[in-house]
Amino acid sequence: MATDSMVPPGEDPAPFHDDVHDPRRRDFINIAAVAFAGIGGVAIVLPLINQMNPSADVLAQATTEVDLAKIEPGQGVITTFRKQPLFVRNLTPKEIAEANAVDISTLRDPETLAERTKTGKENWLITLGVCTHLGCIPLGIHEGDNRGIFGGYFCPCHGSQYDTAARIRQGPAPKNLFVPEYTFNSDTAITVG
Amino acid sequence: MVRTISTLIGAAFVFVLALALFGTVKTTITEPTPESVEHVFHQEPADIHLASAGLFGKFDDRQVQRGFQVFKEVCSACHSLKYVHFRDLTKIGYSTAEVKAIADQWAIEQPSINPDTGEPATRKNVPSDPFPSPFANEIAARAANNNALPPDFSLITKAREDGPNYIHALITGYQNPPAALKREFPSFSTPPGLHYNPYFANLNIAMPPPLTADGQVTYVDGTKATKDQMARDVAAFLTWTAEPNLNARHAAGIAAILFILIFVFLAWGAYQNVWRDLKH
Amino acid sequence: MSFPWAKHYEPKQPLMRWLDEKLPLPRLVYGAIGAGYPVPRNLNYFWNFGVLAGLALVVQIITGVTLAMHYASYSGGAFASVEAIMRDVNAGWFLRYAHANGASMFLLVVYIHIGRGLYYGSYKAPREMVWLLGVTIFLLMMATAFMGYVLPWGQMSFWGAQVITGFFSAIPLVGESIRIWLLGGFAPDNAALNRFFSLHYLLPFVIAGVIILHIWALHIPGSNNPTGVDVKGEQDTVPFHPYYTAKDGVGVGVFLLIFAALIFFSPNLLGHPDNYIEANPLSTPAHIVPEWYFLPFYAILKSFTADFILPAKLWGVLAMFGSILLLFFLPWLDTSPVRSANYRPKLRIALVVLLVDVLILGYVGGAEPIARNVIMGQIAAAYYFAHFLIILPWISRSEKPVALPHSITAAVLAKHGGTSPGHSALTTDDALTHNTALAN
Repeated sequence: MATDSMVPPGEDPAPFHDDVHDPRRRDFINIAAVAFAGIGGVAIVLPLINQMNPSADVLAQATTEVDLAKIEPGQGVITTFRKQPLFVRNLTPKEIAEANAVDISTLRDPETLAERTKTGKENWLITLGVCTHLGCIPLGIHEGDNRGIFGGYFCPCHGSQYDTAARIRQGPAPKNLFVPEYTFNSDTAITVG
Repeated sequence: MVRTISTLIGAAFVFVLALALFGTVKTTITEPTPESVEHVFHQEPADIHLASAGLFGKFDDRQVQRGFQVFKEVCSACHSLKYVHFRDLTKIGYSTAEVKAIADQWAIEQPSINPDTGEPATRKNVPSDPFPSPFANEIAARAANNNALPPDFSLITKAREDGPNYIHALITGYQNPPAALKREFPSFSTPPGLHYNPYFANLNIAMPPPLTADGQVTYVDGTKATKDQMARDVAAFLTWTAEPNLNARHAAGIAAILFILIFVFLAWGAYQNVWRDLKH
Repeated sequence: MSFPWAKHYEPKQPLMRWLDEKLPLPRLVYGAIGAGYPVPRNLNYFWNFGVLAGLALVVQIITGVTLAMHYASYSGGAFASVEAIMRDVNAGWFLRYAHANGASMFLLVVYIHIGRGLYYGSYKAPREMVWLLGVTIFLLMMATAFMGYVLPWGQMSFWGAQVITGFFSAIPLVGESIRIWLLGGFAPDNAALNRFFSLHYLLPFVIAGVIILHIWALHIPGSNNPTGVDVKGEQDTVPFHPYYTAKDGVGVGVFLLIFAALIFFSPNLLGHPDNYIEANPLSTPAHIVPEWYFLPFYAILKSFTADFILPAKLWGVLAMFGSILLLFFLPWLDTSPVRSANYRPKLRIALVVLLVDVLILGYVGGAEPIARNVIMGQIAAAYYFAHFLIILPWISRSEKPVALPHSITAAVLAKHGGTSPGHSALTTDDALTHNTALAN
C-alpha cells in the first residue's frame, strides 16, 4: 500500500505506519478486548448447548415401578422406562437351563444369566426392549411372537437373534439387551431406575 | 408537485384529527365522565420487603417453606398450582425424602387411569407430579365457588401488578366499606356473596377472607403465625412458585454484569488505542 | 464499490488464496465490514446502531431457534410449554427472557438507528434505496414482533391478535373476510397460532436477507456522516476495520450491559402481567395495551374518534398504517440539498419537537383513555402527520442552511482547533463552533 498517500494533511503519519511502535505494548489492550469477547462468546454458547440436555421434567420421570404378581412363568410384559420399551420376563426352568447351558466363551458379549439377574430371582429377566444394533424393538415379548432360533428375542429389522437370557447370539447387534438398574421392593414388585 | 400532494394528504389527516379533538373537548365539557369508585377508593399495596426483592434478592427458604405450609393448609382447598411440581420443592430446602412424603400425603390425589379397567381413577402423588387441582375443571370450580373461579396460583405474583405486595395486601385488606365511600358513591354496594377489599381491582372480591385468625396455621419452625405473618409468608411462597429460578438468575446476572463491565473497559481502551493518533 | 482508494483483499496464506479463487467470501466480508470499506472518519456513536441492530437480530435468531426446540404451537399447550421452558428446560428461563427482552432491545436500537437517519439526512440522495430497504426491514420487524408476542398464548397475546387482526376488518366490504382468512377462524385459535409461529420463524430470515440488500445498497454511495458532506478524498475516510470495529466494540459492550440488566434483574419490566394468565377467549383484560414499541402507533389509531366521509375506525387504521408508510416517501418529501440537520436550524427544531411528539404518543398509547390523554394524543398525532407531510416539505424549500464545512477532514480539524493545509476549513467561524457543539 502506498501509505504516504493515506496520511491526511496536517496529521501525524504514525497510525499508518504500524511498525514504528512497539507492537506488543501497543496491542495488548486490543488483544485483551478481543480475548475477553471470545471468552464471553464461549460462555454464552454453554447454555445454548445445555438447553438440549434432558429437562427437569424428563429427568424426574426416570423411574418405573412394575408389579410382577400377575406374570406367570413363560410370560413377559412390555412396559416403559424413560420412554423406552422395558421387557419384563418370568423365565421357565427350561429357559433358565438353556441359558445356563451356553458356554460363555462362545458369546459375543460374555455374561451369565446370574450376572444379568438378581440373586435368588434368576427367573426375572428385566431388559430394555431396544436392540443394541440400531434401536428397533425385538419380537418375542408378546404371546405368539417369533422368538428366534434361540428362543429369546428376535429383531426383525436386521435379524439379530437373542437367547433366553436376552444375550446376542447371531446377527449384527454388538451387545446383549441392556439390563437397567432395578431393585426388588418386595417379592412381586420392582422399581427400575 | 410532491409537496402539493403531501400537503393535501397531511391537511386531511390534521383536519380529521381536529374534528376528533373538537368532539373530545365538547364531550368533556358537556358530558364529563364521572369519577369512578374504583379510581377513588382503590388502594396500592404496601411494600413488604421480601428477601427475594431487589437486585441481590434471594429467597428466604424458611419463609418460603412457611408460605408453602399456609398454601397447603389454607389456599390449596380452592386454588390450583398446576405448573409447579412436587419435585420443585427440593429447591426451597426440602429433602428428596420429605418431598416424597409431602406428595404421598397430599390431600388431593392425582388423576389417573385404573390399569385394569381403563376407567378414570386417582392415585397417590409422586414427586414428578404437578400439584393436583382441587377441582376437575372450570365448571366444577365455579359450581363450588358461587360462580367465581379461583385463579391458578403458579404465576399469580407475575400475573398481577406488584404481585408479592398485592397478595399480602389483598389477604390482609378485607374491611368494611369506608363511610366516605357510602357518602360519595351512594349507588355502590357489595353484592351478597362478595366482600369489600380496596386492593381488589373492582373493590368487590368473591373470595371470602382466607386468613381469619392468628394461629390458623401452626408453623413447624415455631414462628408465631399472625395473620400478617401468614400473608407475608404465602406471598413469599407464591413469588417462588412464579419465578423458581430467581436465585440462579440474580447470581448469573451479577457475574454477567461484572464480565461485561470489564469488557466495556477493555473495548474502550482498544478504541482509544486504535484511534489514538487520528483526529475524528 | 465505493471509493477508488478502498484497500483490496490480498490473502497471504496459500489456503486463503485458494479459497479466494474458488469462493471469494473473505473478500466480500473484507470489503463489506473489513478494512476494505472506507468510512468517513467523523462518525459519532449514533453510527453504532446499525451494527447493534445486526447483533440484536443474531441474538433473536439464536435464542429463537433454541426456544423453538421446546415450544409447542398448539393453543391447548402453548402456554404450558412456555412455562415448562421457564421452569424445567436447562437455562430455559435465560433463553426466554433473552428472547423477550431481545425484541425490545432490537426495536429500541432500530428506533435510534431510524432517528439517526432522520436527523443526519441519511435517507436523502444518493442513499434513497438504503432508506427504502430500511423501512421495509422495520415493517417486517413489526410483523415479526407482533406474531412473536402471540406465541406464549397469554391474555395479551390472544387479545393482541384479536385487536390487530381487527384492523383489517375496517376495510370496507372485504375487511371481515380478510380478518377471518388471516386468523383461519372467527377468533384467534389453533390455526392462527400455528400460522403465526410458522411466519414468526420465517420472517427473521427474510429480514436477514433484506439487511444484506440494505448493506449492499449502503456500500455503493458509502456511509453518511454527521456533517452530511460528501467524502472528497482519501483523507476523509478511515478503513472500517480496525477503526469502526473498535468503536463498535464499545457500543456492543454498552448494549450488552443494558440487555443483561434487563434479562437478569428486571426481565418483566417491559412485559405485561396479564400475559402470565393463559389466553381466555371469554374475558378481555381490563387494560389492553400493545408492547411499548407499538404504543405511538397505537395512540395514532386511538386518536381518530370522529367520522368524516369515512368511519372513524377506518381513519384510525389508515392513519396508523399511513404513519409508517409515509416514511417510504421521505426522500422525496425533503428536497433540501443539505443532509445533516446540524446545518438546518429550522428542521432541527422541528425534529426535536417530533421526538417529544413521538414520546407523548408513546405515553398516550399506553395510558388510560381519559379526556386529557385523548386530547394530548389527538394533538400529538396531528403534529406527527403535519411534520412529515407539511412542515418538512415546506421547510426544505424555505430554510436557509448554515454554511457547511468544506470537507469532512476540514470539519474534524476545525473541531480540534488544528489547521488544515490546502483547505480553507469553513466559510464562517459561526458554523465552525456550531458544528463542534453538535457533532460531538
